[in-house]
Amino acid sequence: MKEKSSMGLVIAEKLSKDYLTGEVVVRALHGVSFTIEPASFVSFIGPSGSGKTTLLNLIGCLDKPTAGQLTVAGADVASLSRKDSAAFRGANLGFIFQDFNLLPVLTVYENVEYPLLMVQNIPAEQRTERVHQLLEAVGMMEQRNKYPDQISGGQKQRVAIARALVTHPQLVLADEPTANLDSQTAYTVIDLMKKMRDELKTTFIFSTHDQKIVGEAEIIYQLTDGALVVNRNGGGKNHE
Amino acid sequence: MNNLFKIAIRNLLRYKRRTLLTVSLITIGVVFVLVFVSVSGSFKAMMIGQITDSMLGHVQIHRRGYVASIDNLPLNMNLKPQAFKKLEVILNSQRAVDAFSPRIKFGGMFSNFVETTNIRLNGVYPDREFKTAPLLTSRIIEGKKTLEKGEILIPVLLSRGMGVKLNDPVVIVTTNQDGSVNGKQFRVSGILESATGPGGRDGYIHIEDAREILRMPEMEVSEIAIRLKDFSKLNQYASQLSHLLATELNKQGKPIFEIHTWEKLSPFYNIARMIDVMTFFIKLMLIAIVLISIMNVMIMAVYERIREIGTIAAIGTPPGKILALFVIEGFSLGVLGAVSGGVLGGIILYFLNVAKISFNFGQQQGLILTANVRAADLLAISVTVIVVSVIASLQPAFKASRLEPIEALRHV
Repeated sequence: MKEKSSMGLVIAEKLSKDYLTGEVVVRALHGVSFTIEPASFVSFIGPSGSGKTTLLNLIGCLDKPTAGQLTVAGADVASLSRKDSAAFRGANLGFIFQDFNLLPVLTVYENVEYPLLMVQNIPAEQRTERVHQLLEAVGMMEQRNKYPDQISGGQKQRVAIARALVTHPQLVLADEPTANLDSQTAYTVIDLMKKMRDELKTTFIFSTHDQKIVGEAEIIYQLTDGALVVNRNGGGKNHE
Repeated sequence: MNNLFKIAIRNLLRYKRRTLLTVSLITIGVVFVLVFVSVSGSFKAMMIGQITDSMLGHVQIHRRGYVASIDNLPLNMNLKPQAFKKLEVILNSQRAVDAFSPRIKFGGMFSNFVETTNIRLNGVYPDREFKTAPLLTSRIIEGKKTLEKGEILIPVLLSRGMGVKLNDPVVIVTTNQDGSVNGKQFRVSGILESATGPGGRDGYIHIEDAREILRMPEMEVSEIAIRLKDFSKLNQYASQLSHLLATELNKQGKPIFEIHTWEKLSPFYNIARMIDVMTFFIKLMLIAIVLISIMNVMIMAVYERIREIGTIAAIGTPPGKILALFVIEGFSLGVLGAVSGGVLGGIILYFLNVAKISFNFGQQQGLILTANVRAADLLAISVTVIVVSVIASLQPAFKASRLEPIEALRHV
């Protein structure tokens, strides 16, 4: 992993994002600044419409800021072309979605293998090793030949975590990863994410509006109406 | 690439009914085209074969101006002895020529001593004629398959109409070039089945008998029919030969000979052209069927999988691979349709051949249609279907590859 401990993994300076809905300009983010260090476990919280997803999309190179500076893993992501940002995402980022977004035509094993085949072109031997390792780590080895519609929501999210980590990204972004899970499963998933952070030293950033799991994050940023209002240290039980 | 195929095939299997319907549509199109192309192609080849191999030959050479008045069978338009000899020397040296047969064509009176009617006759060297028009012997439905001096082959219509039977004595009376009348007695050695096209109801006698009856001191012939070794090089050879013969000039400095391929001599050529045009339009319809059905199914596929496209794009799948994924789906549909259409078309044609479907063409009855699939046709149809499938899936695939992941992920 390409860690840059001397500087922040994600550095946002006066980040703003405006949307045009019809003829009205909606300011989703305005003047947000923060720095996220490598191997941290960060949560953005706030009510819906507060700009969490917008911020995650910006960090995830899926969208571009209207103003301000955003550096992710040393790259000025706003300047990347469409093709380059796809390559950047493939090499440096992992994604976990609220609806799991596994490919229904691929088995659990193939879903985890997908980024290594289609995005990174990793040789077969190394691929098998990595997929096995991650399926073991998330406890889905036994279900590896099942299709997504044959496993539960919690299991799907485990597979999604394995898929996000299989490329050895520096940063994993999870937008409301527990929104579709019951609270017990939600805790298990967050614990798994934290465990993976500890083992692989991958930075995790997730958004949530679920107060119960917010406490699991070590650094919590509160977003209200597009502005970063408070940041406070949360749980961090497993973090030194 | 294998993985792209794996995902594409699984996506196709995901909507089994829709895939099946699309493939069926393409299959039906391919079957129709294949059966039509094979049946019409075989019919055309068979009819051309009948016309060239039983009467016309592939190419004919006449004295310039003869074909324009061919219906009169003008004796004064025959090739003069010198010109004929010259032509024989030229044709003997041609490697592309399989055989050639000089003919004296003339009209006369045919009498069985009770009744008299008109007849058109060909005076031929039997061995050379049978080599040039190999199906002529198969048209002899009664009698021996040869022709000697003093013998005559008469068309079946004449035999029936006048009640003339095999070995009956008949008399041919004709006027020669100078206008004097002459007659000769013949023995009917064979009855000829009628054939469609010019000369299909002509009788045949030995060329020496023709010379005798026409009081021809030296050999003058009306035409020379040529059979080529390779029929597919017909036009190429015809132009080569006409180039060669263009240098032979008469005293007035004009070319002596004129050369015609069977196409210029038989009205069936227009029917053959018509078959080609129909085949072209049938192929065009197949292209339209494939284009519309694949485009429709691929547009649906992209629309239904927008969120999935968003996911794989967000993960970092390059746009080119997303494009390839959908193009391969279209390609696979095309391959499936082409293969199943080819197989089904082959089976249908096999049963058509087993059923021995016969048809009548003009006076010829009970011709059995043997429809053969030409490898070139099968290949051309398959390649067309596959290429059109790829083209039809390009637009939806391009749209998929250009989707913004953030918007695609938001799609419900």
